[in-house]
Amino acid sequence: MAQKVLMKGNEAIGEAAIHAGCQCFFGYPITPQTEVAAYMSRRMPKVGRVFLQAESEVAAINMVYGAAGAGVRVMTSSSSPGISLKAEGISYIAGAELPCVILNIVRGGPGLGGIQPAQSDYFQATKGGGHGDYKLVVLAPSSVQEMVDFVQDAFDIADKYRTPVMIMGDGMLGQMMEPVEFKERPKKELPEKTWAANGLRGREKHNVINSLFLKPEELEAHNNKLQEKYREIEKNEVRYELYNCDEEMDLVIVSYGTLARICKNAIKMLKKEGINVGLIRPITLWPYPVEAFDKVVDKTKHGFISVEMSCGQMVEDVQLAVNGRKPVHFYGRSGGMVPTPAEIANKIKGIVGGAK
Amino acid sequence: MANQEIIFAGFGGQGILSMGKFLAYAGLEENLNVSWFPSYGPEMRGGTSNCSVILSDEPIGSPLVVDATTVVVMNRPSLDKFESHVVKGGLLIIDSDLVNREPERTDIEIIKIPAQRIAEEVGSKKIANMVLLGALVEKTKIVKMESLLKALKEHGKEQFYELNKKALERGAEFGR
Repeated sequence: MAQKVLMKGNEAIGEAAIHAGCQCFFGYPITPQTEVAAYMSRRMPKVGRVFLQAESEVAAINMVYGAAGAGVRVMTSSSSPGISLKAEGISYIAGAELPCVILNIVRGGPGLGGIQPAQSDYFQATKGGGHGDYKLVVLAPSSVQEMVDFVQDAFDIADKYRTPVMIMGDGMLGQMMEPVEFKERPKKELPEKTWAANGLRGREKHNVINSLFLKPEELEAHNNKLQEKYREIEKNEVRYELYNCDEEMDLVIVSYGTLARICKNAIKMLKKEGINVGLIRPITLWPYPVEAFDKVVDKTKHGFISVEMSCGQMVEDVQLAVNGRKPVHFYGRSGGMVPTPAEIANKIKGIVGGAK
Repeated sequence: MANQEIIFAGFGGQGILSMGKFLAYAGLEENLNVSWFPSYGPEMRGGTSNCSVILSDEPIGSPLVVDATTVVVMNRPSLDKFESHVVKGGLLIIDSDLVNREPERTDIEIIKIPAQRIAEEVGSKKIANMVLLGALVEKTKIVKMESLLKALKEHGKEQFYELNKKALERGAEFGR
C-alpha cells in the first residue's frame, strides 16, 4: 500500500495528473487555484513534461485544444471567471471531440465576485457554458483523496469518449490539506488515438481536427453523433453516493462536494434529536444521477432538499429527477459563505417540524 | 473517542499555519483522520491569519471549524474574533504577552502563557507558536508528544528541531 501523505488539494491534483500521464499543463493564475499551476511549474519540467503559463485563459485553453489534438494527455485549471474565458475553447474542444481535463476550483460570482468557496458555476458546468449542443462530464470530488482519484478517472473517461471532462471543486477543496494516497491503478484498456493530428505515421492522409461543418446536413449528423455519445456516457458513467438512506427518512438532502460533508455533520446532529435524514451526493453532476432519486423517493416523508453554495442551481436538476413525486426544498448560501451544520439542521427542522 | 476541532489564530508571520500543519502531521502519524484548512484572503501579509485543524477517529465533515473544542490565539483581534467560537467546556489558549485583555468567557478552560518571553528564554521569539502548541498537546492529549516531535523532525527545518523541542516542552508545563 502506498503511504499516506498530507497534501493541499491544489497540489494533490497536480501530482495526480502527473501520475495519470498528463504530458502538458497550460494555465493562468487565479485565486483560489494558483497552487495547481505553481505546483505544475515545479514538477512538470522535472519529469520531462510541459508546463506553460499562457498569456491569458483564452490562450491556455487553445493550447489545450492543440495538445489534445496531437493526442497527448493535457490539463488546464482555473477558477470561475477564468473558466468563463475558457468557455469558447471548451465548446471547440467538445465540437472537435478531443479529450482533455479541465479543473474548476469555484469561487463566488458573478463577475469578478470574490475568492471564497462557492458552487455557483453548476449551471455553467452542466448546462453549457460555451455555445452549442455539447455536454461536459463533470466530476465533483468531496475530499482531497477523491480529487486525486478523479483526476485519473477524468483522463480515462476523456480518452474513452473523446470528450472534455471537468473536475469541479470549491475553494475549500483546493486550499485544505488532507491525507492522500496515490494508489497504483491498473491501466485501463483505452482506444488508440488513431485520429490524432500528429503527422502521417504511415497513414495515407493527414488527420484533420475541426469543429466547422458548413453544410447543415453534415453538422446535424455530427450533432447526432455527439448526442449518441452523450447517451452512452449517461448509461455508463453515472456516479453517486447514498448516505444513511437505508431506512424510512424524514427528508433527503441532495448536496455535492465539500458541502456534502458538512451535510453529513448536520445529519449526525439531527439523528441525536430523533430526525432521520438521508443524503444523495451526486458525484457526476453531469450525467446527473437520476436513478439515485428513484431508489429513495418512496422512503422520504417530506421529500428532498437541495443544499448548495449558490442561489439555487442544482435544485432544478433535483426537481427534474423527482418529477413531482415529492416536494423539493432548497437551502443555499452564496458569495463565499459556507453553511454550518447547525444552520442546515435548523432549516431541516423547519421543514420536518422539529423533534419526533 | 479522539476528536479535536481547533482554530489557530494570530498575525501572519507568527507561524499560525505551520503550528496547525505540524499538529495535522502528528495526527496523520497516529492514523487519525486529519484536515487543515487555512483562511485565505486578499489580506495575506502582515494581516490576520488563521487555520482550522481537525483530528478525529471519525470521518471529517466540514474542514472549516466553527465550534472549536480548542482555540489558540496570538493577538488581540483573534481573541475578539474567536473567543465566542469555543464550545462550552472547551479550551482557550492565549499568548498573554500579546493579548492585552482578559477573556470574558467563564464557561471554558483558559490557559494563559507568556509565550513570547518563554520563547525568548529558549532562544528565539519566533518559536512562541511551539510553546503554545506544547501546552495544547499536553492538555488535550490529542496526539502523543513523540508523534509531534516526529512530525517536526520530518517536516520542519532541521536546524530548528532542538529549539522547537525545547519550546514544546516548556509549553507543555502549562498544560499539566
